[in-house]
Amino acid sequence: MNFQKQCIAYQTMVVKEVGRFMRIWVQTLVPPAISMTLYFVIFGNLIGSRIGEMGGFTYMQYIAPGIIMMSIINNAYSNVVSSFFGAKFQKHIEEMLVSPIPNHLILAGYITGGVTRGLLVGLIVSIVALFFTELQVYSYTLMFGVVLFTSILFSLGGMINGIFAKKFDDISIIPTFILTPLTYLGGVFYSIDLLPEFWQKVSLFNPILYMVNAFRYGMLGVSDINVGYAFSMICLFTVALSVFCLFLLNRGTGIKQ
Amino acid sequence: MKALQIQGLKKTYGSGLQALRGIDLDVEEGDFFALLGPNGAGKSTTIGIITSLVRKTAGRISVFGHDLDSDIAAAKACIGIVPQEINFSQFETCMEIVLNQAGYYGIPRRLAEQRAEKYLDQLGLWDKRHTRSRTLSGGLKRRLMIARALVHEPRLLILDEPTAGVDVELRRSMWSFLSGLNLNGTTIVLTTHYLEEAENLCKNIAIINHGVIIENTSMKKLLGKLNTETLILDLNSKLEYPPEFTDCQTRLIDPYCLEVEIKKTAGLNTLFKEIEQLGIQVHSMRNKSNRLEELFMSLVDNKKQAVA
Ligand SMILES: Nc1ncnc2c1ncn2[C@@H]1O[C@H](COP(=O)(O)OP(=O)(O)O)[C@@H](O)[C@H]1O
Ligand SMILES: [Mg+2]
Repeated sequence: MNFQKQCIAYQTMVVKEVGRFMRIWVQTLVPPAISMTLYFVIFGNLIGSRIGEMGGFTYMQYIAPGIIMMSIINNAYSNVVSSFFGAKFQKHIEEMLVSPIPNHLILAGYITGGVTRGLLVGLIVSIVALFFTELQVYSYTLMFGVVLFTSILFSLGGMINGIFAKKFDDISIIPTFILTPLTYLGGVFYSIDLLPEFWQKVSLFNPILYMVNAFRYGMLGVSDINVGYAFSMICLFTVALSVFCLFLLNRGTGIKQ
Repeated sequence: MKALQIQGLKKTYGSGLQALRGIDLDVEEGDFFALLGPNGAGKSTTIGIITSLVRKTAGRISVFGHDLDSDIAAAKACIGIVPQEINFSQFETCMEIVLNQAGYYGIPRRLAEQRAEKYLDQLGLWDKRHTRSRTLSGGLKRRLMIARALVHEPRLLILDEPTAGVDVELRRSMWSFLSGLNLNGTTIVLTTHYLEEAENLCKNIAIINHGVIIENTSMKKLLGKLNTETLILDLNSKLEYPPEFTDCQTRLIDPYCLEVEIKKTAGLNTLFKEIEQLGIQVHSMRNKSNRLEELFMSLVDNKKQAVA
């Protein structure tokens, strides 16, 4: 395929992917808005008013970046895993596999879909947050950089999950047993300074901690960990997972007998 | 120019099942080619490998000279596939499905819309263009798969059991549609169970069984192999045992129904004379149909004996 044809194929995939989650917006865009509103009301407002300051900010201000990040992570991941597994399950993945689209473009199409939904939900949740608190921005570049790479990273994660999934259970196991615990323990609601030293060390093995803190730094200018290090880790993981995904697609894992 | 060239194709599935045991097959450009075989013979596996949906274990395939290993994008661009099982997104409309497929082949939107209109119209789906595929009937779904396979105007159209589960009328219109395409230069390869239709339309034929090609010839030659014809005679009077006629084999299906297998070289006059002499009252006579089916069964049986 020449460059122009590849552009058309990529555009087709993106329109289809974005169209998919927009068509079912009640299932994709509304739930995060509602649940994040609840977080803001319950943790931020009711409980947060009794907690006092964290990292030099009100508790509401402190958790807002974490909650935004959490919704971006969840939505980027679940968009790709449901869309890709759905395509496998209904077999219309074959429409792509018989066509001349190269695998890297198939990957790019799904990732773009995941990133778009991640960013859109992030925006919606940010708007919701504005009803409860003021959002500040310490560094736009860092903030957008972290959001972009994190959503790419979790879209890739969703892709890998979708590639290996054989039945519907398989696409909810990883989010339930790995993604959600890591997110809750990833410093969304607290600074790891509050933890005993042992658990602080353990927390450093949680990749989501780095993303939440890097993002929080982009907004508030405070972080539990070194931001440069966090950002490098995110980039490194993104590259590694992309290579792995392409390897799986080229090998036909989970999609070709 | 060969539209399709298959050499030494083998496939062993992950389960250890050897579905293809070394297949060689050539399809000339412009051919209307039938791949026949009983269930589980390896037809869909062969087609899956040609269309990149199944990984081969060994062998080479080229499509219009483009090798599937070294020149895959060019090969894929030449192929249109109508799979055995429905495989589109249940939530998309006919129009979306066809346009998306065009997009995957890199066809600009404007041209894609013209093509979509042309093929949806030709296949009687234009009125349903905004209908979600989920709500289409089985026959219409199959037609939608044909429209989708044609949107990039492939030189080789492959159909895996396109008429299975499709009613007679739709089947007829599908066959005449395919003949038209073939006349306009599209090479067609299909698998089917409706042997009589294959007999009328296909130029060349291969028969596959247990992952081996057991016959690969022109339809004409294959039918020429049929050196006998079978007649069914309905009788007015009862027969106790089958009578004997010159150059014939006879069998009583029931006391009022006689099956006569006669050499094509033998004239029917002798037979009629002998029937007359024995005083047998014939009420009606017909040709036993499904001649190809019989031949097919006998080929498959012969091979089995040879293997055993
Ligand atoms: N995915 C698969 N895994 C294992 N065996 C398979 C698979 N698909 C087909 N087979 C087996 O391979 C053989 C050939 O199947 P197939 O190509 O579908 O035959 P046909 O299309 O001629 O009916 C059959 O024995 C079938 O059971
Ligand atoms: Mg089959």
